[in-house]
Amino acid sequence: MTDPDRNTVLREADNILRTDIPESLLPTQQVEARERKTLEIDSHALNFGPQHPSAHGVLRLVLEMEGELVARTVPHIGLLHRGTEKLIEYKTYQKALPYFDRLDYVSPMCEEQAFALATEKLLGIEAPERARWLRVLFAEITRVLNHILNITALGLDCGAVTPALWGYEEREKLLEFYEAASGARFHANYVRPGGVARDIPAGLEEKIGLWAKEFPAWIDELENLLTENRIWKQRTVGIGVFTAEQALAWGFSGPCLRASGVPWDLRRTQPYDNYHKVTFNVPVARHGDCYDRYLVRIAEMRESVSIIEQCLDQIRPGPVKVQDPKFSPPPRAEMKRSMEALIHHFKLFSEGYHVPPGATYTAVESPKGEFGVYLVADGSNRPYRCKIRPTGFAHLQALDEMTRRSMLADMVAVLGSLDLVFGEVDR
Amino acid sequence: MAEVSLPSPQQGRLQGRLGALAFSLSTSWSGISSAGLENGELVVRTTRDQLLPLMTYLRDAPHCRFEQMMDVCGVDYPSRVERFEVVYNLLSVTHNQRIRVIITTDETAPVASVAGLWPSACWWERECYDLFGVQFSGNPDMRRILTDDGFEGFPLRKDFPLTGYEEVRYDVERREVVKEPVSLVQDFRNFDFVSPWEGMMTLPGDEKAHEVRQHIKRSRG
Repeated sequence: MTDPDRNTVLREADNILRTDIPESLLPTQQVEARERKTLEIDSHALNFGPQHPSAHGVLRLVLEMEGELVARTVPHIGLLHRGTEKLIEYKTYQKALPYFDRLDYVSPMCEEQAFALATEKLLGIEAPERARWLRVLFAEITRVLNHILNITALGLDCGAVTPALWGYEEREKLLEFYEAASGARFHANYVRPGGVARDIPAGLEEKIGLWAKEFPAWIDELENLLTENRIWKQRTVGIGVFTAEQALAWGFSGPCLRASGVPWDLRRTQPYDNYHKVTFNVPVARHGDCYDRYLVRIAEMRESVSIIEQCLDQIRPGPVKVQDPKFSPPPRAEMKRSMEALIHHFKLFSEGYHVPPGATYTAVESPKGEFGVYLVADGSNRPYRCKIRPTGFAHLQALDEMTRRSMLADMVAVLGSLDLVFGEVDR
Repeated sequence: MAEVSLPSPQQGRLQGRLGALAFSLSTSWSGISSAGLENGELVVRTTRDQLLPLMTYLRDAPHCRFEQMMDVCGVDYPSRVERFEVVYNLLSVTHNQRIRVIITTDETAPVASVAGLWPSACWWERECYDLFGVQFSGNPDMRRILTDDGFEGFPLRKDFPLTGYEEVRYDVERREVVKEPVSLVQDFRNFDFVSPWEGMMTLPGDEKAHEVRQHIKRSRG
């Protein structure tokens, strides 16, 4: 340290052993004596995911960057591909149904509803009145479940942590309704071709009614946190703008399409189950940015609460499945004393029912948008082909178009606002 | 009995409109082999070379206006000469109607891509290529999409086994993911349920007894 010559000339043997010491900690001469190399690294390609908290599952994006601007987005999907469509071809119609819970695991009952409606259409049966009300009721509960998760997760992506903490608590109440009706919190297997699995327990209607009274206040609290929040608006307003023409051309549906200004809701235009017996507004926004998609979802939650209340008003006691032992299993008690009921039960759960040949494309308005099932039956007890039309697949495809020339940080906001679930996209 | 509600006037009007559309399509287009309502849904079957002009017409004609390509999928019928059906599901937001266009193809004959008409068709066609091996000509990005890297074969073909050919696991010693041929501990079981429960009301040699039973049933009910 005291010798002034010590640092002047650097010999080969003086080279320190460690080479990974940062330059700032090295003596000046040592830095200068180092061999200078010019390396050209292509820093313009950026990998996003597949393990990234904002990817909402397993999505890998390869982003071509120009500085901090995204020049091109190449999504790589299929990391969660489980071959659901192939598996369904080897199952009876009843056993195919639980696969639909596992597609979009944030809104399971709406997916079940699509498959149940498609099967019913080919069978030529219709669910009884109470079952249809229950389906509408739980489809709307599902919508609220889905929108809470989406909005709060989008908030989390943009830096707002509190909505997520509040949202999970609220979701828990709804999942308890799921559990009371079906026995499971997520993989419900509740909506079946020909009705629903079982009637809801006594007192559940009142509980849902109580919840529906309290819930709008919770939406107000959520809006207090976000809607006029300056940071929230800076992160979402004018981000990921998609015009109505673009949205239509890219096959958008659901809140993403309505946020772009297209008043289109399958519940209104092509009503299924009992949606023609309830009145509700279809919220539409104009700008097609992330903020509008958020606003549409908030407004839809309020409409869902109104639909739930109308359901509770109009629902009456009655059968919840088709009264035909060829399609719905007999009650347990009857199986203990009736031979025929026992045979029906056995045949239904081993062989299943045979669906007459035909094909149908049946779509429902799932919380994310149009969820369709193209079902081809060949007269046997198993679907010949069951194509699932996922909503997020079309939305994700447009990501490149939506985020071209946007900032990297906005990519996360756009991704969150599209409401993607990879169980559904990858199938 | 299941209660079956009658179609509402709205549905009736829709059926009438779809029927009229089917009629006008089948009379004005030469390549259409059939057009009509199946299960209340408008289905048009056409040939590969007619696909692009027909799709352009369906998108742009004022009484069609199918702005949205909702879905493209394949269906495999191995026994047919042209084994694949390619099914296009279109939606018109303007007129609130749907149409299904079906063409056939085989492993080699390419289908003209409609990605130029609807950009959303690009991925749907990629998926159809990935799962069935249907070739699309003119698609800007004809890569596999859903299956694993280096996957071989087309999994949704009927002659592709459910278990596949290869299985993947993490090898602790080699510290990498390895692919091996599928080895099943138990044979894959595929039951057929051909039974006289339904559809086959009269068993062979049992016709007389069956008639008697039917008679009893009728006299009771």
